[in-house]
Amino acid sequence: MLIPHSETDAAYVIRTAASEGKTLALCGGNTRSGFGNAVEAAETVSSRGLTGIVDYDPGEMVMTVRAGTPAAEVEAALAQNRQMMAFEPMDHRGIMATTGEPTIGGVFAANVSGPRRLIAGAARDSLLGIRFVNGSGEIIRAGGRVMKNVTGLDLVKLLAGSFGTLGFLTEVTFRVLPVPPSIETIVIADLDDEQATNAMAAAMALPVEVSAAAHLPPTVRHHFLDGALPGSAATVLRLEGLSASVAVRAEKLAAVMQAFGSVTRLGMEESKTLWREISDVKPYAGIAEKPLWRVSVAPTTGHRLVAALRLEAGIDAFYDWQGGLVWMRMEAEPEAALVREQIHILGTGHATLMRAPAAMRPETPAFEPLPAAIAALSARVKQKLDPVGIFSPGRMG
Amino acid sequence: MSEAIQFLPPRPSVLARRDTIISDLLDLLPPECVVHEARALVPFETDAFISYRRLPLAVVLPKNTAQVAAVMKYCHRAGIPVVPRGAGTSLSGGAIPQEDAIVLGLSRMSRIIELDYANRTATVQAGVTNLSISEAVATDGFFYAPDPSSQLACTIGGNIGMNSGGAHCLKYGVTTNNLLGVKMVLVDGTVIELGGKHLDAAGYDLLGLVCGSEGQLGIVTEATVRLIAKPEGARPVLFGFDTSEEAGSCVADIIGSGIIPVAIEFMDKPAIEICEAFAKAGYPLDVGALLIVEVEGSEAEMDATLASIVEIARRHGVKTVRECQSATEAALIWKGRKSAFGATGRIADYICMDGTVPLGKLSYVLEETSKIVERFGLRVANVFHAGDGNMHPLILFNANDPEEAAKAEEAGNEILKLCVDAGGCLTGEHGVGIEKRDLMRHQYSDAELAQQMTVRAAFDEGWLLNPSKVFPLEGRA
Repeated sequence: MLIPHSETDAAYVIRTAASEGKTLALCGGNTRSGFGNAVEAAETVSSRGLTGIVDYDPGEMVMTVRAGTPAAEVEAALAQNRQMMAFEPMDHRGIMATTGEPTIGGVFAANVSGPRRLIAGAARDSLLGIRFVNGSGEIIRAGGRVMKNVTGLDLVKLLAGSFGTLGFLTEVTFRVLPVPPSIETIVIADLDDEQATNAMAAAMALPVEVSAAAHLPPTVRHHFLDGALPGSAATVLRLEGLSASVAVRAEKLAAVMQAFGSVTRLGMEESKTLWREISDVKPYAGIAEKPLWRVSVAPTTGHRLVAALRLEAGIDAFYDWQGGLVWMRMEAEPEAALVREQIHILGTGHATLMRAPAAMRPETPAFEPLPAAIAALSARVKQKLDPVGIFSPGRMG
Repeated sequence: MSEAIQFLPPRPSVLARRDTIISDLLDLLPPECVVHEARALVPFETDAFISYRRLPLAVVLPKNTAQVAAVMKYCHRAGIPVVPRGAGTSLSGGAIPQEDAIVLGLSRMSRIIELDYANRTATVQAGVTNLSISEAVATDGFFYAPDPSSQLACTIGGNIGMNSGGAHCLKYGVTTNNLLGVKMVLVDGTVIELGGKHLDAAGYDLLGLVCGSEGQLGIVTEATVRLIAKPEGARPVLFGFDTSEEAGSCVADIIGSGIIPVAIEFMDKPAIEICEAFAKAGYPLDVGALLIVEVEGSEAEMDATLASIVEIARRHGVKTVRECQSATEAALIWKGRKSAFGATGRIADYICMDGTVPLGKLSYVLEETSKIVERFGLRVANVFHAGDGNMHPLILFNANDPEEAAKAEEAGNEILKLCVDAGGCLTGEHGVGIEKRDLMRHQYSDAELAQQMTVRAAFDEGWLLNPSKVFPLEGRA
């Protein structure tokens, strides 16, 4: 593995590889290397040698960090100033059974978001600027340090979620937000998936600023808070902000939600644990053998997809993002064709295979196959950033 | 006004075929959708960047995506440039045509297609105005967050082209953060759909790339946007300070304290006087700088948040604090702010800059801006979104005096360079257009500009889409 210790070195390594036509697998801490299709490359280049916070002024709510900095170090520095990454990045080590340190570059390269994505946007929405090395070995800056910027094409968004196939990130600048001083969770017990979807939609339509909405069916509920959630299924809604404000909003939300089922409330510490466990997909962590899907659909479609699939395959599922993010574990085969067909019957969306037994992976495209016109366009875009095609070949193909 | 900004020379082969092209367009579209008589073309010769104007070859006003696709397919084959147009409110010349171009106006595609409250989305045609989305969903308790000052007229298609912001994006983000999907026609007439009602689209973030691309990557014909539950109440409060420095450091402290108001707007003395004379909004006239801070939520929440903000403002020597007592008063406060450009236009000609700077540099950039403008013997009024560092100095001048006009343009360029050198950027929400095109080399290296242009070429290799904009004309690939 090549570990450049400066951006200049990284550019040299990549320029040399490009001139030789040598392929490179790009990574950070390698905790998400199972993402996407298998990469066949002559060499691996990691950003883990590019570390350190470059610039951080809490009053500006902006941080600039070298890409290989451990995400934990970033979170600790922010926490010292009572700030955080609004998109609440999940930790993939549990479900992908990997070890090591996730890097901040990896968070953005995989556009990793958690429960608050529902109202605060994804990683790509917080990312303001980047430095990266393109496939010709040139150092390119895009975006900047300010939150409003329409100066030229938004290559920042393009690189976010490109999984190391378009450029080697060396530095990221992102917006941060204050940590809410108070958190509370409203729990509605014993709803089925459809009732829960209706309850979550009703909650999001109220002027109470629900910051996360998840539904934990009976098969997964006991994995959370060591089984302390009441009832058989739990629909959970999070409120955050100044404590006086959270108290007022919690009263209002609880009053409306009583029409759906019996309501209890969780305080600050339990809420923190619960949403961390939801974010990190705790029920499906550790058991690396069974195939796991991450499905992104319109919020009201999630439960219908699961119901339709249950008629044909053994699956277990729970929902985040008001029902629009479905974590789905298959009992046997990934059933990719079935899953993807059902998504398109029900509306818009896509499925990403997060893990599967080694034998099944080569037969299953990890990412949603794109319509021909968009696939052709994406291939042209890739060719413009990585003309020789040396970056992480195969991963998104 | 002198023409400091060049356009691409018209393609003679296109000009020579004018009659054939118009007759071909009439074959493709119903007659009422094709504008070609010289007099009828005049309304399309410029946008809100009125110093520059060009008569287009023709204007087409298609009624649906299929018609847009037919026009694009034809223009692509025939090598005719296309300039997309929403409401023509661009402040950077983004919709100004050129003599060999067809203007593709989306004004007839102004239908709201679907409101889906359970998924909190609105799907609309690109010619729908920004404000009409919020109006359509208001009685059901929702709104669409980005709110550019021109929201009464400007279209969603134009908002996507410029990644428009507005006063309230401090909390809710700009267009790109509120856009879930588009239907779009590529340069060769292919129709694609990016994203949808789900939150994260598959594959590369082409939606993110398209947003803010100033009509250079394709023609957006439909958009799916995020709706948000309307807060119970919103309350703007006026804070008057003796100096801009005090107001600037107060902004930094509010943000630093962990409070994110929905909006923090800044006005300096000239801007206060201009807006007050126009809107009678009740702005204090005995202060040197004014902040409009808006908070939202229930009465109890707003009281609590405002108490904290007032305390911070007192530490910065605030002179006047005025809470409004009624919805009418609140509306007046915003009317004053949102009519700032129009009100300025009544007393002088002006050009409006749009640079964004890091919050810590606000006071410094304000001070330097005054010095630059003074050096050119001109006046400036500052009114801008302080919470996100997006500055809007209005440089006042007399357009009938060519020398003064040239000075205004020069002063503007210096201010924008100042913003870039302070760690900011040339444009926060108005777009590069033609106005800032030739300053792009001040912000980007040759390799960086070349990279953006090659990515652009993945969509439009022949430079047919809005070709005179964004990228300097020299050194194009």
